[in-house]
Amino acid sequence: MSAVRKGYVRPIDFKRGLVDMSHGSGGRAMAQLIDELFVEAFDNSWLREMNDQARLPMPSGRLVVATDSHVVSPLFFPGGDIGCLSVHGTVNDVAMAGARPLYLTSGFILEEGFPLADLKRIVDSMAAAAKQAGVAIVTGDTKVVERGKGDGVFINTTGVGVVAEGIEISGDRARPGDAILVSGTMGDHGVAIMSLRENLTFETTIRSDTAALHGLVAAMIAAVPTIHCLRDPTRGGLATTLNEIARQSDCGMRLEESAIPVRSEVAAACEFLGLDPLYVANEGKLVAICARNDAQRLLEAMRAHPLGRDAAKVGEVVEDAHHFVQMRTGFGGSRMVDWLAGEQLPRIC
Amino acid sequence: MKYVDEFRDGGLARTIAARIAAEVRPDRTYHFMEFCGGHTHAISRYGVTDLLPANVVMVHGPGCPVCVLPIGRIDMAIELVLASPPTPLRKAGCGPSGRGPSRSLCTYADTMRVPASGGLSLMKAKAKGADIRMVYSASDALRIAREEPDREVVFLAIGFETTTPPTALVVREAAALGLTNFTVFCNHVLTPSAIAHILESPEVRDLGTVVIDGFVGPAHVSTIIGSQPYDYFAEEYRKPVVIAGFEPLDVMQAIEMLVRQVNDGRAEVENEFTRAVTPEGNARAKALVADVFELRRAFEWRGLGKVPYSALRLKEQWASFDAERRFTMTERSVADNKACECGAILRGVKKPTDCKVFGTVCTPETPIGSCMVSSEGACAAHYTYGRFRSEASTA
Ligand code: SF4
Repeated sequence: MSAVRKGYVRPIDFKRGLVDMSHGSGGRAMAQLIDELFVEAFDNSWLREMNDQARLPMPSGRLVVATDSHVVSPLFFPGGDIGCLSVHGTVNDVAMAGARPLYLTSGFILEEGFPLADLKRIVDSMAAAAKQAGVAIVTGDTKVVERGKGDGVFINTTGVGVVAEGIEISGDRARPGDAILVSGTMGDHGVAIMSLRENLTFETTIRSDTAALHGLVAAMIAAVPTIHCLRDPTRGGLATTLNEIARQSDCGMRLEESAIPVRSEVAAACEFLGLDPLYVANEGKLVAICARNDAQRLLEAMRAHPLGRDAAKVGEVVEDAHHFVQMRTGFGGSRMVDWLAGEQLPRIC
Repeated sequence: MKYVDEFRDGGLARTIAARIAAEVRPDRTYHFMEFCGGHTHAISRYGVTDLLPANVVMVHGPGCPVCVLPIGRIDMAIELVLASPPTPLRKAGCGPSGRGPSRSLCTYADTMRVPASGGLSLMKAKAKGADIRMVYSASDALRIAREEPDREVVFLAIGFETTTPPTALVVREAAALGLTNFTVFCNHVLTPSAIAHILESPEVRDLGTVVIDGFVGPAHVSTIIGSQPYDYFAEEYRKPVVIAGFEPLDVMQAIEMLVRQVNDGRAEVENEFTRAVTPEGNARAKALVADVFELRRAFEWRGLGKVPYSALRLKEQWASFDAERRFTMTERSVADNKACECGAILRGVKKPTDCKVFGTVCTPETPIGSCMVSSEGACAAHYTYGRFRSEASTA
């Protein structure tokens, strides 16, 4: 039920209006924004109760919770925007435990002066992504910061899901001899974003791969319930993800460069910018580690799913007290794929 | 990827590797220095050394413009734009604090992390409130100066011969536009003088004999200056030089050419990179540089010390675009950490792992010496790509 009676207030001007401090004040303007924008877009019975919390039924199994704050520039990019990204990112974090995501919460930090039309576009995109992923956005929060103190919009989402008993997927379960698989091409999201950055605009047809992966994960678990690790290689890319797992599992990794799928446009853009695609972000890909004997079955299950069509086996887990990730280069030598020192920045020469 | 993949072909690499193996004499060792960080990077990133016989040793040179930028110069840049500069600067009595925020420093991304005095770097100075902006080209800096006429925009120009012409170009453009709020803090350095310094500076005698049997010469630099400037080394020091591109196959091919020269007893300048390098280089670019810049008598290189006639500054005629003339900036020299072996490493006398602080105190996150500063430095390249080789034995 609406907190503001229709007829007494003029509807929000979503074409020309701007976010102002009153939208975060807790007063009427905020109630109206929540009502006309968020509740309208996310629409579900929990949200419509208009409480500060949501009371939710839980199916049996273990609870999985993940939270993620989304700051991205630019807010709109080829293949997506911060709205769908904030849904996919958290849904994927929940899914990487082998869980089924059920609910999301969303916190918005808006900058004074931000066009309401853009906000509406973002919220609608979030709603569509949540609907497609089959998760409900059940509660939320809105704050407004002064002009210059934010970057348009920041979105925090927290996801809740359930994982069935018996499924034990965790970053510390990789064992020497295991196979390392990826679900598709690496670096698409990062390159799509960078192609729009100020001063860097270059022509590319690359679109962000942003997508919710729990459907793919469900298909994978159906084929191989004993998957050891799953993780989505977002910021820091494949290299960082594998280094994290190597450390958690107290092992090393050996990769085969020529087996790692990278689109040629992504490779070319990275070449141009002096970046390494293995460190570039993905938003719709996952890394899976499983027993060597299960690898083929898992790979086939991945390839049968639309989001895993380009899946490939890229290496294996090895024993290594130093937790090094090594790679045989396409050139025939070997090198490390180390943690990134600081941020990956374009080189000058 | 056309024009790139063909220079990374593993099959071709094996063929060249086999030819090199057949060519080398088993009774001797070959030490070749790749001067340029681009080569160091390619060698480490593609694992080129794995394909070479054990008696062909690659020695990493100083050729990374970010690595050789001395601490003092970064301090000067920070001082220009930060209200309260790092302590050592204040002690040196370099002007009042409180520079105010109306100055902006524009710089290439990879200089942002170079450590300066007082625990600062450009990145840290930015966090402290200095207006420091990352740009991808000299013309971006010029654009900012045009768009924000109320700010003093200083472009921190660094790099070898490759990046010099674009800097020259923006100085001329700024003059043509009549801009009064744009200056260049020039740190452009020259490769041939540094190579000469490596071969015969006084430190070489202190540090021991440098075993270098030949050089892999820098490719991009030579697209500008041509291969001719290297003739001198070949003749004077009896060292073969092969100018090579930055793809791993280019490097392999250059090594093969160097081995052959050594075996034949020749010392010539050869050009592997014929797809872009000519003996004379790019006449237009050279003329542009000659119009705007002149030689500095000496310039400090991080890790190498003062190297005579190894850097450029703006000519008197362009003085109003020279940050060093326009603002009060005091030249200073800040010594490298005592433990640091960079001097020996940059000259090819020692390897990164010979340094006591390698990988412990000195890492890419906390670089102490110049070789660890950018990913193209010898220590950083070994740390990032090759550390597993030395660590494997201690596992
Ligand atoms: S490890 Fe660090 S301190 Fe030692 S030589 Fe290399 S850069 Fe210098």
